[in-house]
This record gives sequence, structure tokens and C-alpha cells, in this order.
Amino acid sequence: MVGVKNKNTSIKDVVNKIGLPTIIIGGFWILLLIAGGFLGISIKTLISDTIKRAGMNGILVLAMVPSIQSGTGPNFALPVGIVCGLFAEVCAIEFGFTGWAWLFYSIVFAIPLAVIVGYLYGKLLNAVKGSEMTIATYTGFSIVAFMCLPWLMIPFKSKNMGWFIGKGLRETIQLDAIGGAQILSDFLKFSLFEDGAFITMGGEGGIIIPTGMLLVFFLCCFIVWLYFRSKSGIAISAGGINPKFAQSSGINIDRCRIKANILSTVMGAIGIIIYSQGYGYTQLYTAPLMMAFPAVAAVLIGGATASRAKVSHVIIGVVIYQGLFTTALPVANQLFEGTDLSEILRMVIQNGIILYALTQVEGGDK
Amino acid sequence: MNNTNITERLKTTKASTWVADNIVSLIFVAFTLFGFLVSDGVTMNFFLTELSSRFFRNAFLVLSLVIPVVAGLGLNFGIVVGAMAGQIAIAIIRFFELGGVMGLFLTMALAFPIAALFGYFTGVLYNKTRGQEMIASLIVGYFANGLYQFLFLFVVGVIIKVPSNHPMIKPDGVGVRMTVDLVPVKDGGLKYALDKIWEIPFMWAILLIFACILLLQIWKIYKNKKNPTLYRYNKTMVLINIILSIVMIGISIHAITTNSSLMMVRKVPVVTGLFIVALCIFNELILKTKLGQDFRSVGQSQHIAEVSGIDVDKTRIIATIMSTVLASWGQIMYLQNMGTLNTYGAHTQIGMFSVASLLVGGASTQKAGVKHAIIGTLLFNSMFIMSPEIGLSLFGNALLGEYFRTFMVYGVIGLALGLHVWRANKNSEITLD
Repeated sequence: MVGVKNKNTSIKDVVNKIGLPTIIIGGFWILLLIAGGFLGISIKTLISDTIKRAGMNGILVLAMVPSIQSGTGPNFALPVGIVCGLFAEVCAIEFGFTGWAWLFYSIVFAIPLAVIVGYLYGKLLNAVKGSEMTIATYTGFSIVAFMCLPWLMIPFKSKNMGWFIGKGLRETIQLDAIGGAQILSDFLKFSLFEDGAFITMGGEGGIIIPTGMLLVFFLCCFIVWLYFRSKSGIAISAGGINPKFAQSSGINIDRCRIKANILSTVMGAIGIIIYSQGYGYTQLYTAPLMMAFPAVAAVLIGGATASRAKVSHVIIGVVIYQGLFTTALPVANQLFEGTDLSEILRMVIQNGIILYALTQVEGGDK
Repeated sequence: MNNTNITERLKTTKASTWVADNIVSLIFVAFTLFGFLVSDGVTMNFFLTELSSRFFRNAFLVLSLVIPVVAGLGLNFGIVVGAMAGQIAIAIIRFFELGGVMGLFLTMALAFPIAALFGYFTGVLYNKTRGQEMIASLIVGYFANGLYQFLFLFVVGVIIKVPSNHPMIKPDGVGVRMTVDLVPVKDGGLKYALDKIWEIPFMWAILLIFACILLLQIWKIYKNKKNPTLYRYNKTMVLINIILSIVMIGISIHAITTNSSLMMVRKVPVVTGLFIVALCIFNELILKTKLGQDFRSVGQSQHIAEVSGIDVDKTRIIATIMSTVLASWGQIMYLQNMGTLNTYGAHTQIGMFSVASLLVGGASTQKAGVKHAIIGTLLFNSMFIMSPEIGLSLFGNALLGEYFRTFMVYGVIGLALGLHVWRANKNSEITLD
């Protein structure tokens, strides 16, 4: 059937399949890349940065898939998972782990914590059916604001994290000091097209591929993809598509939604650890406050809607979203010196796409 | 299944209803009282001065949220868009160096069409995101902020040429400065343009307000005596109000005659107060008009309203426009009191703080009135004043109090919304049984 259809694909079918927003924003990115090329900005650097930032943000965006599939909408409460991850990172530093051990133990600490918190969060979402998105946003905000108190009050001893004077943790913790910066990104790092050579291991020029980070991202993608093909994953999707029907076929919707949100919270926790090591800094206090919105926007740009999302949407979305803004910054600076156009562009596109997705939400009958 | 079970459940909810309904307000009252207990640095004078200036700054903005709630749009975080309209008007007036009282009214007149246009667009958006208005209103604020920055950082200077030596424009001639001084009103600016028209001592204002409340209560009783079926009132509430007013009148007369330290509290801007009172009355009166009734019926059930011949979409857009215009005026009143325009920051928190204030007053996504807005503004700002003090006296760290304050703002919105939805869902479950 599909084969027959594909023979007469018109442009309209292609547009429908990929999604109009994806095409427009993707096209805009490519336009900016070409403009950047003409302005003499190194395309290789732009692409390296895009890959790096896509890898850093990838798992955070991936966290949107389970929650969207389960019918609770994009996970605007991503900061809930993020603070779990941050707390695990900080604990791992406090216990004196460095390098790979730090990364490993951060993830090990983060997962059980995120499972517990995700379970409670799932319970909350089941209690507020119908207004999940608004409540989730404020749950995320509240938890970030709340965690400011522990960051300041818990008596951590490690010298790598505290202020030089006074109590509490620093706002940004340099991971250099514990050998955690880019530890995963630099693993098996290689670069393409450096000085005529095709592949240079550990190269610093050309298009840099942070192999370790990408491997982890793709591994997570694969796990989520696989999970949504298992019985439990299909039950979650079914509950998201039609709750009444799923209920009558014997699926416990509430449990499915909890499971999905646990998965999403765990992804958020792991995501921020990968993000931190790629960035080289752990940012505490109010830094995670707005982190959910770029992730939501990325998955939507990839072609997801507020009720359906696939792993492919995540990969396409995160590359286009991060690519657009890594490219826009130098290009806008060259064209209009002294203005901060790329930040403005980011605000308009990021929130515009979320608004667009909200207008497509069904069930808004009179 | 069995009826006794259901009635039992209903009973238990009824007994705890009052506390449950007002849990958010109660938390805030307790918090403020606790603040007075633990911190010795706060004098009554300082507290009242802060509270009254904050009240007159914010009340108008909080009141602008009432109409959308009545019309079933929920809490309109989109008043941020209105605030932006107000700031655009202020920027224009400031650029041409118009000022004084007339300048202020000109600002308001100028803000009206801008805000109405913005309100129309937001209203259309809310109609397209039916059922998700609140999250849409939050995001539309962020979205509009991007456009606003584009206007102030780029269009001003690159597309509209402006002289770079203007005190408002950045030295390189592109974009508006981060902070713009609004110039005191006596130098022909907008600062205190409304507040300074007429000020009276704080205790006189208290005396006046509670005298009015007393008269209102007496009028209620009189009307009830004349026609008991048409004009009803809650006896205990009226009694409490009367006692409270008499006590407050007594205190204020005592303070005025003995010239006690309470007379040192900063003077109260009468005209700003009158604006707030006028908006209160407007919010109440509009419900008695045809339009107000339409708001109500749309708020209760869009379907039934549609069937009974009300243009639901149009009504919702009108409600949004009203809210946006009022918010733009509220922001102008806020800024003339602040005296500086924080170009890129003044509007960002407005939506959050105003919504939190309204919720603290006991409002919900479906029920809000003037009473909630006024009580909420007072309680919310009390918390705001006390938080750093509590942090300082309990933990020796004012920063902690400030973090706690931020948590309270977000937490109270989350809690109030969550509790409301949770209870609504529970009720519908009971009826389904």
C-alpha cells in the first residue's frame, strides 16, 4: 500500500509528512548557513557547534517523548528531572569522585532519585487531569525555586563547589576541577575534513564529532524507541491516543501515565548530567528555571505535536533548533553589529512554535 | 453504588470546606504573623509604609485579572502584553518629553489603542487554544517579549532613526537604554504624576476607607429591611465588617488626635486610590450589564451560551481586550510610582505576581472578584515585605528569604491551581458515581 502511494507523492504529501513548521524553520536554518558562508564564517565551526549542542541537549529533548505519548502533553516540568540530576552531580562531587567515576556515580545516584520524584510527579498529574500543562509548568518553576534553599543550606564540604567565603554552593561549578568537563564528549572524539584528511582522531579543527556524547544520546534514543515497541510502551501510547478506549481494553491508564512520567523525569536527570559535562559547568539555583521551553520547542520543531511524538522528531528537532541558534548568533552579529538579534529570534521562534502547537491541541471544543 | 457512602463523603468535604477553600490565604496570614513574631527589625511604620506604597502600585494590575476569570478564560498571564503596551506608550511620551499630569493622561490615551489591538490578537489566540488558555497566556507573554525586544532594541535605531544623544537612547544610536529615567513630575516628567496630585496622611485614609465600609454595611442592612427577599446579606460577615470598621475608625481617630507614631507612615496618593476604587466599581457594575451577563454565561458553559445566542468568541475577545487595556493602565500607574522604566524587565514579572496576588486572595480559575483582588494584593505584598526579614532573623541570611519568596510566588500559583483542579476532578467523580 505504502509503496503504491509513494509512486504519486505530490509536494503536498511530502509537506504533510514532514510538517510545515519543520520545513519552514529547517529552511530558514539552511538559508542562514548559506548566508554565513557568504559572510566568511567557517561553516565547519558552525556545524561542529551544532553537533556539540545537539548532543548536549538531545536527552533533555528526548524526555518529551514519553510524556507526550502518554497524553500528559509536553513535559513542562522538565526542571523536576533536572534538579534530580543536579543534586546527584553535586552529591557525587561531595563524595570526592572525579573523572569517569564522577560521571558514573552521578548517573547512578540520579536514576533512583528521579524514579521516586517522577512517581510522585506522575501521581500529581493524575490528580489534575485536564490542566496538566499549566500545572506542570508551575510544578517545574516551584521545584527550581524551592531547590535554591537546599543549595544554600545543605552543609556541603567539598572545596570545589562552595563559595570562597560564606555558606552554600556556587552558582556555577567548574567541572574542570574534578576532571568532569567534556569527559564524555572527548571520548573517541574525532574530526572530519581537517587539513584535507578525512578523519583525524582527537582533532581540534574541521567538523568535530563528540563520539562519546553522541553514542550515549543515540543509546538513549534507541532505548526509548525499543521501549515504545514493548507491551508496556504500546499501552502508554494507546492510553495517550484514546484514554476511554484504552481503559475499556483493560489498560490501567493512571499507571501508564505514571510510568511515562517516571521515564521522562529520569531522562531529564540523565540529560542534565550529559549537558553539564558537555558544557563544562554545573549551573545551580535559577539556571534550570526556563530549561523546559527550549526542549519542548525542539521536539515540536522536529514535527511532534502536543499529543504525538516520535524519537525521529527528537533527533530532527534538536539538530534544527540548536543549529538555527548557533548559526544565527554569528550571522546576526555580522549583519547588524551590536544588536542581540539571535536572542530575540530564539524567543520568538521558541515560543511561537509552542503557541502553534497549542492551537493544534484537540479537545478544545466550546 | 450506595448512597450513604456518597453523602458521607460529601459531608466530610463540607466540614473542611472553609479551611480548604481558603488554605492559600491562611498560609499567607500565618506567614506574615510569624514574620512579625520572629523579626524584631520590622516596625509597624516601616511595614505599613511599604505595604501601602506596594498596594497602590499593584492593585490596579491585579484587578485587571478579574474580568477574564469571570468570562471563563482562567488566569490571564497575558496581562504582560498589556503591560508592554503601557510601556510602549510611556516610551513614546518620554521620547517627546511630554509629561506632567496631562502627559500621564495622554500616555493612558495612547496606551488604549495599542493595548486594545494587542488584546484583540491575544483574544483570537485564546479562542484557538480553547481549554489551554492559561498555558497559552503564559507562553504568549514570552513570545510577545521577543517582539517587544525586537521593537526596542532593533527597530528603534535601525528602522526608525532616532538621535543618539537623546537620554533614552543608547549611545550608539540603536535601541533604548536598559533603564530610562521618567523625570520627577515637578521637572515636567511622569514620575509621581498621578500620586502627587493629592496626598493625604495614611491614618486619614484608613479613617475614610473604613467609614465607607461602615456606611456600606449599614446600607446593606437598610436595603434588606426594606426588601428582605431581593437584598440578602450574610449576617456574620456584616457583623464582622461592622466591628472591624468601628475598631479601625477608633484606632485612626486615636492616632490622629494623639498624633502617634502611626502618623509618620508615608502619605497615601488619593487619585491613584480613586482609580483603584473606580476599577473595583467598574468590575462590579459590568456584571450587571448585558455584556457582564454574557461574560458569566460564557464562563459557566460555552456550549449553553452558544446555544442561547451569545457570540462566544466575540465575548471572550472583548473580555481579553478589557483585561489588556486595564493592565496597560495599571502598568503606567505602576511605573509612574517607580519613577524609572526598567525597559526590558519591568513587565516580565507582572503576570506572575498579579496572578499570585489574586490567588492568595482566595480566587480560583473560575471564581474571582474585587474582594479577592484587594485582600490578595495586601496579603501577597505582606509576604513580600516579610520574607527577607524572616530569612535574616531565622538563618542570618536575607538571600535565603529572597529565594523563599520566589518559591512562594511559584508555589502558591501551583498549589492554588493544583488544588482547584484536583477538587473539581474529585467532584465530577462523585457525581459520576
